[in-house]
Amino acid sequence: MGTKQFDFILGIGGEAGQGIATPGDILARIFVRRGIHLYTYNAYQSIIRGGHIFLTIRISNEKVHSHGDKIDLLLCLNQDTMDRHLGLMGPGSRVVYNGDNINLGEPSEGVHTCSLPVSKLATTRNKLVQNSIAVGAIMAILGEGFDELEDSLILRFARHGQDVVDENVGAAKSGHDYASTNFKPIDQDLPRSTKPLAVWAGNDAIAMGGAASGVKFYAAYPMSPSTGVLHWMAQHSHHLGIMVRQVEDELGVANMTIGAAHAGARAMCATSGGGFALMTEAIGSAGMMEIPAVFIDVQRAGPSTGVPTKTEQGDLWQVLGASQGDFEKFIVAPKDALDAFNTMPELFNLVDRYQCPGIVLSDLLISEGRFSVDPDDIEMHPTIDRGKLIVEHAETDGYMRYKHTESGVSPRAIPGLEGYVHVVATDEHDEDSLLISDEFTHPHKRRKMVEKRARKFQKVLDDISAPELEGPTDAEVTLIGWGSTYGVIHEAIQQLSARGVTANHLPIKWIVPLHSETIVNTVSKANMAIIVENNYSGQFYRYLRSETGLSVHGHIRKYDGEPFMPHHIVDGVLETLSGDVSTYIPYQEVIV
Amino acid sequence: MASVGVLQENPVVELTAKDFKGLTDPDWCPGCGDFGVLKCLQRACAELGLKPHEILTVSGIGCSSNFPGYFNSYGMHTLHGRSLAVATGAKMANHELTVIVTGGDGDGYGIGGNHFIHTARRNVDLTYIVMNNQVYGLTTGQVSPTSRLDMITKSTPFGSVERPVNPITSAIMAGATFVARGYSGHGKHLTELMKKAVQHKGFSLVDIFSPCTTFNHDNDYAFFKERVKKLEDENHDTDDWKTACEKAMKWGDTIYTGLFFETKDVPSLSESEATITDGSPLAHHTLGLSEDQANKIINMMM
Repeated sequence: MGTKQFDFILGIGGEAGQGIATPGDILARIFVRRGIHLYTYNAYQSIIRGGHIFLTIRISNEKVHSHGDKIDLLLCLNQDTMDRHLGLMGPGSRVVYNGDNINLGEPSEGVHTCSLPVSKLATTRNKLVQNSIAVGAIMAILGEGFDELEDSLILRFARHGQDVVDENVGAAKSGHDYASTNFKPIDQDLPRSTKPLAVWAGNDAIAMGGAASGVKFYAAYPMSPSTGVLHWMAQHSHHLGIMVRQVEDELGVANMTIGAAHAGARAMCATSGGGFALMTEAIGSAGMMEIPAVFIDVQRAGPSTGVPTKTEQGDLWQVLGASQGDFEKFIVAPKDALDAFNTMPELFNLVDRYQCPGIVLSDLLISEGRFSVDPDDIEMHPTIDRGKLIVEHAETDGYMRYKHTESGVSPRAIPGLEGYVHVVATDEHDEDSLLISDEFTHPHKRRKMVEKRARKFQKVLDDISAPELEGPTDAEVTLIGWGSTYGVIHEAIQQLSARGVTANHLPIKWIVPLHSETIVNTVSKANMAIIVENNYSGQFYRYLRSETGLSVHGHIRKYDGEPFMPHHIVDGVLETLSGDVSTYIPYQEVIV
Repeated sequence: MASVGVLQENPVVELTAKDFKGLTDPDWCPGCGDFGVLKCLQRACAELGLKPHEILTVSGIGCSSNFPGYFNSYGMHTLHGRSLAVATGAKMANHELTVIVTGGDGDGYGIGGNHFIHTARRNVDLTYIVMNNQVYGLTTGQVSPTSRLDMITKSTPFGSVERPVNPITSAIMAGATFVARGYSGHGKHLTELMKKAVQHKGFSLVDIFSPCTTFNHDNDYAFFKERVKKLEDENHDTDDWKTACEKAMKWGDTIYTGLFFETKDVPSLSESEATITDGSPLAHHTLGLSEDQANKIINMMM
C-alpha cells in the first residue's frame, strides 16, 4: 500500500431516465485520464424510467478491488436518494443535492451538506442540466479547477451540437463557481499520474478478448446482464470483420455459433442463466460432434427470470450439468475484467486443441462494472493455437473425422476441402462418422467412442494453471472464493490484517477441469477454511465436496442480489472465528 | 468428359448421381418416399456440376434427417429442429459452400418452427428440403404439424382436433424468396425443382410429399397420385404471391406441386453482410487483430 493512499468513493443516486450514466461517464473519463484507478458498481432495476439507480464510483491512486464500504460524497438527484442514503453517511462525508426540490433529512453529526440552488444556477429549463451543475460542483469539492471538466464536457456533448455543448459547459461552470465559493473542498489532493489509464466494462473485456482471439462470428439474443458483449461486438463488427447476428432465440444462437465454428470460424455467444438453459442441448451437441465453441453465461440472480439486474453466482450447477450424457467441456470463472479478457484467448486455444465446448462464467458484478485498466496490460495479440485443424486440401486415403488416436483428439478438417469429406453427428457414431444406430447399436463401438472422447481430458490439467494460495501459509483463516469474489476477498483480507487477523486467499478460477489435488493439499493444511460465495446453497462448496470430499469450517454467503462489500466478509470471518456461526449471511445495509 | 489425347491441367470430370451416394445405404422402410427424394437430390447435384466437397448437407433429427449419412458431401447431423440455425452459422462462416438442409415436417415446422420463419426472412442462401410425410415416423406414428384435421394416430386416437400448418403459405408470409412443393413420386419434376432451388440466391424451400408407408395410410401414393397437379402445366405466374397462396391452400381433388413463388429482388444474407462482401469466407480470414485495429479499440477506451 502506498504511503499517501487516496481512497475516495462517490455515490450518485436518482431514478432511471434522470441521466445518471452521463455524470458517471464524464467523471470516470476525467479520472482515468489523470491515471486515477477506479471501480464502479451500478445498482439498478429492470425499468427504463423511474425506480432507484445508485452508481458507486471508487477512485484511488492504486488499483481498486471492490466498490468499498462507505460513501464519501453523495450526489442526490432526487428525494428518494436522500431518504435512502443519508442515514448511512458518516462524519466527514459530503451530501450534494438540489436544494430547490430535495429536502435534507437529518444528517449525522459531521456530515457536510452542500445544497445547490439549481434553479438560480441553471441557464435553461432542461432538467438534465442539473447533472452538469452537479458535476461542476463535485469537481470543485474535489479541489479541482474547471479546465479538465470543460474538455471532458466538450468531448461528451460534441456530437449533439454546439448548443448542447454550451448549455452543459455553462451549467457546469455555474455549479463549479458556486461550490468553490460555498463548500469546503476535501483535504487530500486528487491524485494525478503521468500515465493515463483506460476504462472498460467486464462485458467489453470479454468481447475484446474474443476479438483478440480471432473470433469471426458472434451471435446473441439480448439478455441482461450479458447484452454489453453484443453491443461491443456490433459496434466493432465492421472494422474488425466480425459477423454479429441477433438471433430469434438462444436455441438458434447456440446452434448458429456451432455451425459457424464447424465451418472453421472461431465463434462465440453470450447470454445469462435463462438463455443458457436454452443453449444446453446445443452445448452437448458440440461435445458429441467435437466442435470447439465458446459460450458465456453472465450470471444474474435466479431462479427463472429472477432479478434481472442483480448479481449472483447461482448458475454453477446449471453449467456443470449443461446437457445430457458425459462429455468433455471447460468451465472457467474469471476473477475480474482483465482476467476475463485474458481468459478468452486461453479458452479458445484450449477448445480448439481439445475440440470441445468451453463455458465462461461471468456475473453482473464483473460484466457490468466499469473499471480502470492500464492499456499496457491488455495483450491485444495473444498466441493463437488452433490445434489439429486441417485447413488445406490434400490427397488423403480415407480420412476419418473421429479416428481413434492415443490422445483422443482426431484431426479436424473444415468443410469445403477436397479429400476430407465427412459427416459430423449428434448421434453416437463410429470413427468414420457412420451412425452406430444406423447399423445396430454396437456396444463395443459405443464404448470405444466414449473412451476416445474421455481420453482427451486425461492429461488436461497439465494445460490449466492450478490455484495459488495468496498470503501467509500459516494464516489463521483461509478464504476460498471463485470467480468475481476475488477482489472483495482480497480487500477484506487487508482489512482483517489491520484488525490483527491473518488470512490468506485461495481463489478458484478453473471449475472444470478442477485441480482437486492442489485444493485438497492447501485446504487440509488450513487452520480455518471459509468459503465465500454469492449464492444461497453454497454451490461451489457442494461441487468441491463432491469432487474432493473436503469439508470446511465456515461459509459466508450472500443472495440478496447485491454484491459483497469488504466489511461483510470481515464481519463473517470475525463471527466464524468467535465460534458463533458456521454460515454467515451479511446484512445488506444499502437498500437499492 | 476430357477428350482423349488432349492434355488438360484440370480435366473436367463429370460426376453422376452415383458419386453422391453416401457411405451407407438408407435404413428407411421399404417404399418410403425419402428414397425418391435422395435419388433426386443426387441427380440434381450431379446435373448442376457440383462436387461433394463443395456441398454441406445439414439435418436435424427424424427418419428423413438421417439424410446426410446417405449422401456424399460434407454433412452435419444436428439436433432436433436446429438444422436451419446450424446451417445459417455454417453458411455465414463460409458462404462459398452450397448449403442444403434436409429434414422432416416435425423437425422443420414443429420443433424448429421459429428458425424456419427467421431463416426465411433473413433470406439465407440455402436450400431447405423438407420430406413432409404428415406424421411422426421415427417415434412410431404420432400426429405432426402437417397432419390433417381428424387424423387418427397413436397420440390422437380420437382424431386430431388441430388444423395443419401450410408450409407454402407460411414460407411466403415469412419472406421466403423461393417456395416450391414437390412429390417424391414425380422424380423428374422434383429434380428440376431442386436444381432451381439450389441455383436460387437466397432461401429456397422445397416442401415434398414423401409418403410414409408405415404410419400414414391417409396420405399414401394412391392419395397423391390422383390429386397432384403441376403448376408448370397451367401457366402459373411465380411473381404473384397472392395467387401462389391461393393455389397452395387448395387441398381436395387438386393439390398443386411446382414452383409457387420466386423473387430475385431481395439480396441474400451473405450479399447484405458487410463482413463478407469482400468475397472471401470468414472462416478463411487470418485470426488476430492488426496493429491498427488494436489501437483503434484501445483509443476508444481512453
